[in-house]
Amino acid sequence: MLTLQVRDFKLTYFLLMDHVVIIGNGISGVTTARWVRKLSDKKITIISSESEHFFSRTALMYIYMGHMRYEDTKPYEDWFWKKNRIDLVNDHVNAIDYGNKKLTLKGGTEMSYDRLVLALGSKSNMFGWPGQDLKGVSGLYNLQDLENMEAYSNGLKRAVICGGGLIGIEMAEMFHSRNIPVTMLVREESYWNNVLPPEESAMISDHIVKNHIDLRLGVNLAEIKDDGTGRAKSVIVKETGEEIECGYVGLTAGVSPNVGWLKESGIEIGRGIKVNENLKTNMTDVYAIGDCAELLNPNEGRRGVEAIWYTGRMMGETAAYNICDKPVSYDPGLWFNSAKFIDIEYQVYGNVPAQMPENMATLFWKHSDNEKSIRINYDMNSNDVLGFNLFGIRYRHEVCEKWILEKTNVETVLQNLGLANFDPEFYKEYEQDIIDIYNKQTGNNLKLKTRRGLSKVLSFLSK
Amino acid sequence: MKSIQNIGLLLFIAALLIFIGMLGLGGNKLTQDLLPGKTEAHKTAISDAASQTGILDQEMGSIDFISKLKSTIAIAQSNQLTATIPEGVGEWDVKIGYWEVDGYVQSTVKSTANGPVHDNPWLFFLMTFGLAILGGLMFILPKFKENPGLKHNGIYHDPLTRGLKFNIRTGILLCTIVAVLVYGFLRLGNAFWPIVTLFIAGAITYFVFIREKSKDNNPQRSASPISTAWLGVISGFVLISFYILLYWKSEYITNWVEMVNPLSNILSGGDASQWFLYSLMYTIILLVMGVRMLSKYQHNRYEQIRTLSVMFFQTTFAFMIPQILSKLNQPSVDLKNMWPLDYSFFFDYRIDDLIKEGNIGLFMLGWGIALFLIGVPLFTYFYGKRWYCSWVCGCGGLAETMGDPFRQLSDKSMRAWKYERYIINGVLVAAVVMTIGVLYTYFTGSYKLGFINTSDLKSWYGFFIGAGFSGIVGTGFYPLMGNRVWCRFGCPLAAYLGLVQKFKSRFRITTNGGQCISCGNCSTYCEMGIDVRSYAQKGQDIVRSSCVGCGICSAVCPRGVLRLENADGDISERAGLLRTIHITEDEVKILNQ
Ligand SMILES: Cc1cc2nc3c(=O)[nH]c(=O)nc-3n(C[C@H](O)[C@H](O)[C@H](O)COP(=O)(O)OP(=O)(O)OC[C@H]3O[C@@H](n4cnc5c(N)ncnc54)[C@H](O)[C@@H]3O)c2cc1C
Ligand code: SF4
Ligand code: SF4
Repeated sequence: MLTLQVRDFKLTYFLLMDHVVIIGNGISGVTTARWVRKLSDKKITIISSESEHFFSRTALMYIYMGHMRYEDTKPYEDWFWKKNRIDLVNDHVNAIDYGNKKLTLKGGTEMSYDRLVLALGSKSNMFGWPGQDLKGVSGLYNLQDLENMEAYSNGLKRAVICGGGLIGIEMAEMFHSRNIPVTMLVREESYWNNVLPPEESAMISDHIVKNHIDLRLGVNLAEIKDDGTGRAKSVIVKETGEEIECGYVGLTAGVSPNVGWLKESGIEIGRGIKVNENLKTNMTDVYAIGDCAELLNPNEGRRGVEAIWYTGRMMGETAAYNICDKPVSYDPGLWFNSAKFIDIEYQVYGNVPAQMPENMATLFWKHSDNEKSIRINYDMNSNDVLGFNLFGIRYRHEVCEKWILEKTNVETVLQNLGLANFDPEFYKEYEQDIIDIYNKQTGNNLKLKTRRGLSKVLSFLSK
Repeated sequence: MKSIQNIGLLLFIAALLIFIGMLGLGGNKLTQDLLPGKTEAHKTAISDAASQTGILDQEMGSIDFISKLKSTIAIAQSNQLTATIPEGVGEWDVKIGYWEVDGYVQSTVKSTANGPVHDNPWLFFLMTFGLAILGGLMFILPKFKENPGLKHNGIYHDPLTRGLKFNIRTGILLCTIVAVLVYGFLRLGNAFWPIVTLFIAGAITYFVFIREKSKDNNPQRSASPISTAWLGVISGFVLISFYILLYWKSEYITNWVEMVNPLSNILSGGDASQWFLYSLMYTIILLVMGVRMLSKYQHNRYEQIRTLSVMFFQTTFAFMIPQILSKLNQPSVDLKNMWPLDYSFFFDYRIDDLIKEGNIGLFMLGWGIALFLIGVPLFTYFYGKRWYCSWVCGCGGLAETMGDPFRQLSDKSMRAWKYERYIINGVLVAAVVMTIGVLYTYFTGSYKLGFINTSDLKSWYGFFIGAGFSGIVGTGFYPLMGNRVWCRFGCPLAAYLGLVQKFKSRFRITTNGGQCISCGNCSTYCEMGIDVRSYAQKGQDIVRSSCVGCGICSAVCPRGVLRLENADGDISERAGLLRTIHITEDEVKILNQ
């Protein structure tokens, strides 16, 4: 009797429980699910059509390159979901009925929700190039793109990649890893110079060329030619009219929110799904996060759509708090990001624009091997440190952040620059070199006071 | 460049084939004056049996010879069953003890060997060792020309390094373990300890599967979904066969030992044993593959210095110094090896040997004890267990050099971790119990400690852990289960260092704020099967007893997230704290409240 009662109680409880449905099992959706589970006992369902389990999109390239298998890119083991009572549904959502709080799945089944989270991600930009739908043409965003690349790689004579940026260089590196010659068509005059300051951009351009990638700057794609069987055979360069023979064309001119299918549904959409600071959309109990969300009021200096991993993760956590009725505003904190350009790692903290504004001063040091550099930006008038750009050298996130948020004087930063150094033990430390540049520019005579080491960092951070 | 590398590869394969093929060369001929036997009675008994089997003065192939010799000795033993023991003579001066048989066989096979290897040892040395080193270097040295940076392209496309499907791998492992158990039972003629071992294995499986609930959690991050690592299987098979011959059938590898005889004479002034051969091969492989590590990690000074360190300790401490000591008629000891990895450190004959040598012997005894009693806690407190496991240790050195191509094959699943904790700590307990037993016997002279027969336990430990686990499974399974199988699951010293590291050490791996993109490179390339990513993506410091501080997770991270560090700051706090993003739970400002 007693056990029966207990079970009954559980059952009713279960029926009364809020049902949180999340569309999209990327980093944003999964982070929401994890935090909702941490904060509550709600029923959680994640629906996604791309893969059964969450995998790391950022690691797609490593699967192709043979560094990892698909299994290795899954951040959680398969039993994790059941153990944490997160239901996974591998299906596509075709329509949403916001009024009745119902979803229609591809197979026709319906599912109702109490709270809905849209974590739909992005899709590769296609600008209507002639031939963009041929076989042997793809962007690089999802598992299907990867399968596509894999399918056409055997015996491939050349791949052409249209578009610089972070995904373009990754795709180039992928083909390069299998000794497939690569041509990169980049619109800008120097690689990614709309984001990187000129010196860094030039350095990375050199690195790309050093790796025998045929980098064409200042050119655009005009069209992709058909070989007669529906497969790409060459591309035509707009500026020169040159035809480049190739068996694969990668289109990597950025991504945009994957919201096309919601355009008519009544939810407010700009570039992405519009959300307020609690990540709520204009529909009741519907939230949007990650790549597909567009903030109505982004923080100063930040964009409405920031399609990166870290913001997706932060939004996921914020949304979970809001869903669990603990209202929290989304605050991505200080800007940071990182990437890797073939063999050169890149980290950025704070404000490092491509074009230096009037009142910003910069300190730039580059190693003679042309593969390492440090840039420190600071305010010309107040001397407050504003941003760090690191290439081939690792700096500590928390230290840089603390300096910037506390508006630390650049001279204090320089003298203690060792605190920020996060390179492995025995690596040469270059902090004095950058101080020397500062001394030369200002006629000062600063010396490095603190060298690399965790103990000092811990006491600095707890101050 | 490519063609030089290919020629190098061919030379290496040729050397390997000659190395294997030479075992079939030459033969043996037993003559009256070469009969084994420590006493006249033994000699007479064997001589009588030899005339029965007709082995004397016959030229035959080694394999025939060995089987005939074994049956000859067996006949000699059975002839003696009824022998009367004269007054004043020990029983075993007359009868041939079963424990003496292997020694007699080995020494006789050696002394009676003839043929091309016997006549031209240097020639064969050059054709095997020489050619292999040359080929290996021709393959490796051009890599220094490549751009510095990660070199992991195609690892999971390569039939040598891609690994096996989980169930096939498990099958091979189970067969090997059962075979070792059965062989141990036959060889030691003792059923008690094999049964105890089986019982413990059953208990561990019960705990892992039932009590810790991992029965249904089939690991998916353990092995390749496609089982095509055929080259890996072949390499594993070659390695396992090598260890079987080395440990238990060394009479069949006399030609290898003969080949290095002259070198042994130069270095230590004595004839080579199979252990000299092993030590020489070990050192050379470690050095050549160490050069490969240096070429692979041109961009990483931590890896370079660490690799140079293991190369140095292997060449000097493990190889040269013991040879020189024995040339000087001193006890030849590897001064960096320590109990409980060196499980025979407290065995009676070794203690006696050291004590006999007077001051230098006593110093070595004291050094060995101080190393694990003071050295381990002290250095591990300051630097973590890495000071030993990936800077000094020979097993670690081999794993980090020869084993480097296989590091990604370690099993990262939670289930494997659960197994690991039981097994490695279990081995530590076994080593301690065995050593207590041995010392008890040393001081009291009694072989009975409670219900335990210390002598049987000692033999079983040596057979099962010392040879079976550390050699056959520990190294033979490099290409199937990753390069640190022994260090992760079996090494009692690693268990001890790990306990210190976990509970009292400044060492940890810190994560860089929120920079992790959960890509999985760190977990994939962690040879100890630590799921580094699961910590990194939450912003937690990594404090794990098994981490050997190889630094590879940090080296392969494409976002610069990981750093190996030593610091006093409160580890437990940082290791426990969730620092996922910037809004950690503590910092969240809950409005409306
Ligand atoms: C190759 C590559 C490399 C990258 N590297 C970096 C990097 O280094 N650093 C960084 O910060 N960012 C990087 N990014 C960006 C980062 O991966 C994305 O910002 C992040 O993955 C977005 O996560 P998300 O959860 O918002 O969406 P996604 O990961 O895209 O997840 C959305 C999921 O929802 C599914 N879905 C969509 N609509 C439906 C529907 N109607 N029904 C069912 N399922 C649906 C999709 O199939 C998809 O699986 C990279 C991206 C790519 C493609
Ligand atoms: S956690 Fe890192 S340093 Fe430790 S063993 Fe694994 S790869 Fe090596
Ligand atoms: S390799 Fe680096 S970025 Fe990738 S999961 Fe590990 S810590 Fe994170």
